[in-house]
Amino acid sequence: MPDAADLAAVRLTLELATVVTLLLLALGTPVAWWLARSRSPLRHAVGAIVALPLVLPPTVIGFYLLLLLGPNGPVGKLTEALGIGLLPFSFGGLVLASVCYSMPFVVQPLQNAFEAIGPRPLEVAATLRASPWDTFWSVVVPLARPGFLSGAVLGFAHTVGEFGVVLMIGGNIPNKTRVVSVQIYDHVDALEYAQAHWLAGGMLVFSFLVLLALYTLYPQAVRGRR
Amino acid sequence: MEQRLRARLRIDRGAFRLDVDLDLPQRGITALFGHSGSGKTTILRAIAGLERAPGGYVALGNDVWQDDAHGVFKPVHWRALGYVFQEASLFPHLSVRGNLEFGRKRVPAHARRFALEPVTDLLGIGALLDRRPDGLSGGERQRVAIARALLASPRLLLMDEPLAALDLKRKLEILPYLERMHEELAIPIIYVSHAPDEVARLADHLVLLDDGKVVASGALTETLARVDLPPSFADDAGVVLDTMLAGHEEDALSRLEFAGGALLVGRRREPIGTHLRCRIHARDVSLVLARPEHTSIVNRLPAVVTAVAATDTPGHVLVQLRIGASPLLARITERSRRELGIEPGLQLWAQIKGVALL
Repeated sequence: MPDAADLAAVRLTLELATVVTLLLLALGTPVAWWLARSRSPLRHAVGAIVALPLVLPPTVIGFYLLLLLGPNGPVGKLTEALGIGLLPFSFGGLVLASVCYSMPFVVQPLQNAFEAIGPRPLEVAATLRASPWDTFWSVVVPLARPGFLSGAVLGFAHTVGEFGVVLMIGGNIPNKTRVVSVQIYDHVDALEYAQAHWLAGGMLVFSFLVLLALYTLYPQAVRGRR
Repeated sequence: MEQRLRARLRIDRGAFRLDVDLDLPQRGITALFGHSGSGKTTILRAIAGLERAPGGYVALGNDVWQDDAHGVFKPVHWRALGYVFQEASLFPHLSVRGNLEFGRKRVPAHARRFALEPVTDLLGIGALLDRRPDGLSGGERQRVAIARALLASPRLLLMDEPLAALDLKRKLEILPYLERMHEELAIPIIYVSHAPDEVARLADHLVLLDDGKVVASGALTETLARVDLPPSFADDAGVVLDTMLAGHEEDALSRLEFAGGALLVGRRREPIGTHLRCRIHARDVSLVLARPEHTSIVNRLPAVVTAVAATDTPGHVLVQLRIGASPLLARITERSRRELGIEPGLQLWAQIKGVALL
């Protein structure tokens, strides 16, 4: 049976994934909108930067984030000056790292959904007196719903499933940064296979169910992903 | 004072240049007519503000929509216009009612010009309100799109080839609704089309476009009767007459009166007094010097030659005539013109072989 430490890790993981998913939707939506609509030559570079976590080992992301957020990094100096303290090895640092690492999983489905809408519904809405902001909420969001759903689900699931970045930025502090994937690693390291099974099997079933729901409800959203 | 639509637009896209200065009456239907690539749709989009024409000027009466010389550019959603696109472009996530309400609820209540029901009645879509757009036929979708645009209380309705994406049957289904709009609503309409029959049937005012420039602009009947239009428009030359059904003859013919004379056509079922518009192609008109006696053609009218012009078909000329107050065009061979001595000022008789009722 999972013990208190396991349950604490599960709770922390769900908290982390929820906060990260909300942040990803808030930040990823304008980025995806800009990538879908802009004709700027910069859009290719921005698209590539957002997609980097897809190809880089998590350790590379973790390493640079550590330097950036550490006491000698520019962001670290800023957070200290603002009185927030240093982010590495804290829940906040874990959130920031997860947002960077899971960004492409939210931006890409959204960008595809926005591109699929095309310019015409936006023009129609404008001729019907809707401002751009009004149009975004009354036309774009409903039409891009499959993209929002699949982006949220993939962002959440990917945050739950990360390990490398968590270990490098968050470390392994119970109730603060010890998430399920790290807890499993500890169990395996200590040859506690039965406990590892509870968590690992739980993750397996969770991930399968999430993807099954997504593929069943919104096959077009998943197909639309690059 | 009469409100007019002014639009000075210049767009340079390398191979395509648009340069127009329009001054259009704010009543009835104005057709922007031209071949594809003549700039019709670009003009409409620039008037709406969907496209930027740098340095341009657009004003509806006193309401200036764009005046780049003074840094004025009202965004599309601040312009009191309605726009009907070639494809109906209904919002798929809303019901028909949701689509109709979209523009209506964004107009302040005191500025609304129509209630939902009269408009849905006018366009015959009252029974469709709870349907989804993807369950409608092409003709129904376009009628909903037109109603949606009207319910946004426009002061100007822009229609970009609203029938072009429909087959003939659907077109014929929608045209009567457009005519009813024309008769019952006091909304000026700019109607883009490359279909001569649609223009002849609907328009009051005509702007002919060729290669980004206005080649003629004026009242429909007068503009169609011009003989100085570019050859590409002369192929299909013909005039439109506004007539009134004046009476029925005993032998299953009906008499249509127009300013200058009367025409006989096959028996019409409309009530006496109905206004009917008909089109007479130049190629269906032949000319005779003396009053024709022994002929099977029933429509023979005295006319005066007002102009003669060459056409792009070698050996053929276009003769402009006047029958009372109404113009008429005849397309004859240069040989006939020479042998009959047809010159401006000559009195003769026009024989009309075919009258197309629109």
